[in-house]
Amino acid sequence: MTHAIEIRDLHKHFGKNEVLRGIDCTVEAGQVVCVIGPSGSGKSTLLRCVNLLEEPTRGKVLVEGVEVTDPDVDIDAVRRRIGMVFQQFNLFPHMTALQNVMIAQQRVLKRDKKEAEKVARANLDRVGIGDKAGSYPAQLSGGQQQRVAIARALAMGPDLMLFDEPTSALDPELVGDVLAVMRKLAEEGMTMLVVTHEMGFAREVADRVVFMDGGVIVEDGSPDQVIGDPQQERTRTFLKRVLHPEG
Amino acid sequence: MTDHLPPQVTAEPGAKARLSPRKKQRISRAIQYAVLVAIVVGIALYADWGSLAENFAKPDVADKALPELFTVALRNTIIYTVGGFVFSFVLGLVLALMKLSTVRPYRWISTLYIEVFRGLPALLIFLLITFLPLALPGFEVPGGTYGQGILGLGLVGAAYQAEVFRAGLQAVPKGQVEAARSLGMSAARAQVTVIIPQAIRIVIPPTTNQFVALLKDSSLVLFLGVSGEYVELAKFGNDLASQYANATPIMVSGLTYLLVTIPLGHLSSRLEKREVRAR
Repeated sequence: MTHAIEIRDLHKHFGKNEVLRGIDCTVEAGQVVCVIGPSGSGKSTLLRCVNLLEEPTRGKVLVEGVEVTDPDVDIDAVRRRIGMVFQQFNLFPHMTALQNVMIAQQRVLKRDKKEAEKVARANLDRVGIGDKAGSYPAQLSGGQQQRVAIARALAMGPDLMLFDEPTSALDPELVGDVLAVMRKLAEEGMTMLVVTHEMGFAREVADRVVFMDGGVIVEDGSPDQVIGDPQQERTRTFLKRVLHPEG
Repeated sequence: MTDHLPPQVTAEPGAKARLSPRKKQRISRAIQYAVLVAIVVGIALYADWGSLAENFAKPDVADKALPELFTVALRNTIIYTVGGFVFSFVLGLVLALMKLSTVRPYRWISTLYIEVFRGLPALLIFLLITFLPLALPGFEVPGGTYGQGILGLGLVGAAYQAEVFRAGLQAVPKGQVEAARSLGMSAARAQVTVIIPQAIRIVIPPTTNQFVALLKDSSLVLFLGVSGEYVELAKFGNDLASQYANATPIMVSGLTYLLVTIPLGHLSSRLEKREVRAR
């Protein structure tokens, strides 16, 4: 059986800085995998290697059996099947929410305008902001912008979604709306790889939790194992800091 | 506490008697006003106002400038400027994209062009253009005199505009390319659809300044040896001034430049403020 994502002995160096030092990890279709860990542990870099926003230094990444690290692979074609949501939303500020969700459908998938608009409106409704279709990103709250960004990725009909700390740039009261959308997606069976600091979300929604530190995977298991009953000292220290920051 | 005043309060006995900063400021301002009044009175007394008006603001000479001042001179200034601007806009964008290219020779060519054309006086470029037909027999700049003027302004303006565009392209956050690429857009498609439209918005205020600079540089067309229907504001004013041995037409030309440049300058700073607010 082909895995949705298969990562083999992945290394990534930025100059002398070894950010990833041999990662092995798989994600099955329909699974939700949350990656947790301290900042600088390489979680975002790992995610960005999956759709080749970062070029791995060594190792292999396969998405649905296609080796994205192979120089002969049409990376644009692979990326169409991988939705990505960024910490900073990265909406196109010169376009309305609707245009943001339409543009790649038109330019990449070559859908005509009518079709693209139909899909775009359906996806904006899906994330609960159909009424904001005509607004520009600057007119939307962070939570609304992030949901437009999710709709933009979904409109391409991806097989899997990557979330890079999707709620870290949000005001606390707006986090819930975005997590609710992600939860709904998970329930609908979307394959998701999520880098997050939201332990509650990881615990409730994830099928698996991966704890990273220092460029390696320290623990990988069910949420109850990794968050509920961590085996490694490093995991315990991290969780204590995240769950009880005052103590 | 009160019977125990800290010693440093009394340590400076003269502190009260010396001038307070506010008093100092008031005296300094009074001196500045006094100097200003002295200079204005001096100029008013010593200048020969009659002779100045006779030479620089003679109504009947100014009258001679009309209507050609607007129908010919200003019109040509605008033709040279707009033409040169379009030329420099397109070439500048190409040079900026070359300068940011991953192909090293493109970066070299672009850097060389920008360094050379920014480093030379614009006048020198115009003088060289007049020699083009000698250097390339049979070659003629398309558009005749207009074409030559537009070529000169465009070549010089492109070097500056390229730097404006480069800054604008680099000001677009890296996440924008990443978002576009992650949606499956090719590198070129991301540039055209996402990056360049945003960069153009960012460079509107400095580009307006570039336009004003070109408008003023269009006076250099004078050195192409233009005449008759091709004269622009500076040449027009200069010709009339020689004809009447009076500087009034040059003043009139100058006012006409200001008629365009001052509103454009204000437009540019308003756009700049709007840009700052939009971020």
